[in-house]
Amino acid sequence: MTEEINLTIDGIPITTRAGTSVLDAALENAIYIPHLCHHPDLKPVGACRLCGVEIDGGRMTMSCLEPARAGIEVVTESPEIALVRRTAVELLIANHDMDCLACAAATDCELLRLSAHVSVQSERLERLKGLTELKPVDNSNPFFSFDPNKCVLCTICVRTCEEIQGVRALALINRGYETVIGTFGNKPFIESVCESCGECVVRCPVGALAPKRFQKPAREVQTTCTYCGVGCGLYLGVIGDRIVSARGDRERPSNHGQLCVKGRYGFKFINHPGRLTTPLIKRNGEFEEATWEEALDLVAEKFSQHKGDSFAALASAKCTNEENYLIQKLTRAAMGTNTVDHCARL
Amino acid sequence: MDKEILRSLQEAKAQWETLHGGKAPLIMVGNATCGRSAGSQAALETLQKEIEQRGLDCHVMEVGCIGLCYAEPIVSIFKAEKPGVVYDEVTPKKAIRLVEEYLLNDNPLPDDALGTLGEGSIEGIPVLFESQVLKPQVRRALHNCGLIDPTNLDHCFANGGYSGFIKALDMTPEQIIEQVKLSGLRGRGGAGFPTWRKWQFCRDAPSDKKYLICNADEGDPGAFMNRALLEGDPHAVLEGMLVAGYALGAQTGYIYCRAEYPLALERLRGAIAQTEEQGLLGDDILGSGYSFHIKIKEGAGAFVCGEETALIHSIEGERGMPTPRPPFPATSGLWGKPTIINNVESLACVGQILKNGAEWFAEYGSKKSKGTKTIALVGKIQRSGLIEVPLGISLREMVYDIGGGCPDGKKVKAVQTGGPSGGCIPDELLDTAVDYDSLSAAGTIMGSGGVVVMDEDTCMVDFARYFLDFAEKESCGKCVPCRLGTKQLLTILEDITEGNGRPGDIELLEEISEGVKAGSLCGLGQTAPNPVLTTIRYFREEYEAHIHDKECPSKVCKELIHYNIIPELCVGCRACLKVCPGGAITGDVKVVHVIDQDLCTKCGMCYEVCPPKADAVEIIPGIPVMEKA
Ligand SMILES: Cc1cc2nc3c(=O)[nH]c(=O)nc-3n(C[C@H](O)[C@H](O)[C@H](O)COP(=O)(O)O)c2cc1C
Ligand code: SF4
Ligand code: SF4
Ligand code: SF4
Ligand code: SF4
Repeated sequence: MTEEINLTIDGIPITTRAGTSVLDAALENAIYIPHLCHHPDLKPVGACRLCGVEIDGGRMTMSCLEPARAGIEVVTESPEIALVRRTAVELLIANHDMDCLACAAATDCELLRLSAHVSVQSERLERLKGLTELKPVDNSNPFFSFDPNKCVLCTICVRTCEEIQGVRALALINRGYETVIGTFGNKPFIESVCESCGECVVRCPVGALAPKRFQKPAREVQTTCTYCGVGCGLYLGVIGDRIVSARGDRERPSNHGQLCVKGRYGFKFINHPGRLTTPLIKRNGEFEEATWEEALDLVAEKFSQHKGDSFAALASAKCTNEENYLIQKLTRAAMGTNTVDHCARL
Repeated sequence: MDKEILRSLQEAKAQWETLHGGKAPLIMVGNATCGRSAGSQAALETLQKEIEQRGLDCHVMEVGCIGLCYAEPIVSIFKAEKPGVVYDEVTPKKAIRLVEEYLLNDNPLPDDALGTLGEGSIEGIPVLFESQVLKPQVRRALHNCGLIDPTNLDHCFANGGYSGFIKALDMTPEQIIEQVKLSGLRGRGGAGFPTWRKWQFCRDAPSDKKYLICNADEGDPGAFMNRALLEGDPHAVLEGMLVAGYALGAQTGYIYCRAEYPLALERLRGAIAQTEEQGLLGDDILGSGYSFHIKIKEGAGAFVCGEETALIHSIEGERGMPTPRPPFPATSGLWGKPTIINNVESLACVGQILKNGAEWFAEYGSKKSKGTKTIALVGKIQRSGLIEVPLGISLREMVYDIGGGCPDGKKVKAVQTGGPSGGCIPDELLDTAVDYDSLSAAGTIMGSGGVVVMDEDTCMVDFARYFLDFAEKESCGKCVPCRLGTKQLLTILEDITEGNGRPGDIELLEEISEGVKAGSLCGLGQTAPNPVLTTIRYFREEYEAHIHDKECPSKVCKELIHYNIIPELCVGCRACLKVCPGGAITGDVKVVHVIDQDLCTKCGMCYEVCPPKADAVEIIPGIPVMEKA
């Protein structure tokens, strides 16, 4: 068990685990400290400069980088902290394509949350120079788009791809004001080593990396991905009986919220008009719809005519381990042969 | 001590004495980057050709920069029993004259000489080191620069090179750190952190491996102190690295040098090879059991890569981008190992401290800033160049005594220290002492030693704009205040210089500047607003004139001036009318010419071509009155 420690934030006593950052400790205890480049899954970088605090009367430090220590007194507001926050947020807003109504992030946007928490002066914003021309949006990936005009350069995507996905498809390129997120050689996403897993997309705090044709679901259904044996837990977002989104289940031990491209984006087949929804049995050269009872009876009958080495089973990587176990059991015990294999070995 | 090295040192001394005291004249040609850009290569080749054709017995030797950049190309001739004579601005033609007159005829051409070097005197030629430019200087880090052949290890040996390191090998690392502490040496790379303290942290950090990095990135525009030292005396830096490596317990040293310094890199590579061959670098140095290797890493010339953590990431092959400290490199740096980064000049000082002792080093300087500092004195100054002065000297002495003030009798308006991270100091405050604490009290920093002098024709708003343009482009882009704040500051400054300033802009500049300073992650952003803040602090009225009166008092900002032909002076020569690209000038022969302000593009051609006897075109601050209405 990790050690529990006590500290105060703005005079409020809180308890957290040793090793937690001051920022995480605050957020876990429902105390909001402005932040943008922080993500609980990633190592802190202290780049957005918004999460400043003062500890035990010392100078401003970034709370994402400060380990929570027993007995410390954290203050989240001071004239210096306020100055830095207001400057940073105003600079970000001035430099942002504020197209909130058409933005996939609008209901869950960290920049909007920030501006609500930091008192921003509209007269100053008006004087600051805005975006003069919009950079082109990268729509090359079939599942998500990247809009540099909404990117706040938090590098969460870069770090996600590196630390979580291990692909390193993204990096900061150029310098100064021209700095952008890009792939190797600044090619479109689709021409890069990106695996389209979408891990970066779900972590992007704003609408810069956003799923295409996004629609907020009416309800969510907890389920298991059918694509492979890992059995990632996911929530399918549904409107009526139509699936419109998928997101990883962070509580599921097999995937801790992560998904691959298929689990995250490959759900369209479910509502596809060409999808089979009942078994078909070929009679007189034509497929005819049948019930499951009819179909299974037919298979069982045919199998019983081919026991022994005239039978072979080829199992699927889409099955779980348990299902694959059952296939080999059936093959050996019921069909009487060892000729069983798996598509992943082909 | 290793016998072989003693023999090498003795041989080197003897060789140096024959070179300087022998019968054959010795000719030294300053052929560092500054000399080369002034044409020293041509002077060198001419001298070599002349000497060969005439069959003269002479030694011709290439040396580094002696610091008198305004006088390059510089050639010094040492004849037997005479002091050396230093000649300035040596063109190939002048080189031939030197051969004919001085080498062959024994006429030292006093009118063409800058001064004498070494013992003895020659009538009509002043002693160089007694001259106004050199007298206030104390050349310690630069003591060999311009006086030895930097590619010759023996020259370095003969002038005390590596004797500090040889001494250090008989000391314990603790004793060395103690000496550096007693000397009061503070980092010469910018921040002025006490060198010994940094070393102590690293020394105390437990680790199987430690690294030393020599920071030769030198990214400030206008700075070339480190380049000159590396080109003129590379061994001074290697010696400092050997001492530092020994004191820290490091096995490997890196020199991070920008690729734009090809000559410095060449000199370093040569010097490393020589020391390796001599057994001064490598495994078990001079049988002491101490092993140290030096690698060179070429940087691609990003200002931010001079910042310690960015530099480390650059060596590691990552994007040169700073990371927050702690952890400090002294405990977790290159590849996660304890690492010390020291500036080129700091390391050169270390060798000297070991050689001559801590008291000797601390003899010069002010209370909290000991020793001497190399300075690149540039801008609107008569005698620009590389100088070395005792810390604590006043800016006034530096600018007026050494530099000779502004050319053409113009007044000094302000002086910028610390490059883009520093600030300007107005003429009234030129008595400020050049040391870490006095400069920071005046709102600027010592920085690495760049000093830019501005005359009365410099617009301070435009000046701030120039540095912000640099900072904005060189920001690594990582943190919000620096990446976006420098851009906004630049935009507002551009607006002001273009006549689009608005009331409230000065306050806005100040506010954003304070936010960027307080909020930025690394030193680049934390100091980038300094040029804005100091120009506002000392020249607020210039900002106000730009914003409220739409006038550039220094007549620099194109949008805030206009040209006028003074009717009483115009002789009607048509010179201006002919060159005006906008067709804005009307007039006829012997008829007064007039500029149509609506058509004028403010190219200034009319001002240039108006004959001096008429001098009828004037530049008037402010936009023409008709436009104002
Ligand atoms: C943006 C930036 C650029 C810097 N550039 C240089 C440089 O070119 N050379 C240098 O020696 N130090 C530079 N520094 C300072 C170094 O980070 C570091 O403090 C110094 O090399 C330490 O050596 P010292 O203690 O010997 O001065 C720079 C710092 C910053 C923040
Ligand atoms: S990311 Fe989208 S929702 Fe957030 S501020 Fe930008 S446009 Fe608005
Ligand atoms: S989709 Fe996945 S692989 Fe592609 S950039 Fe994002 S994290 Fe990397
Ligand atoms: S795309 Fe999103 S996650 Fe990536 S840097 Fe931009 S804002 Fe951050
Ligand atoms: S202050 Fe500027 S240079 Fe330094 S980390 Fe931030 S963006 Fe990069």
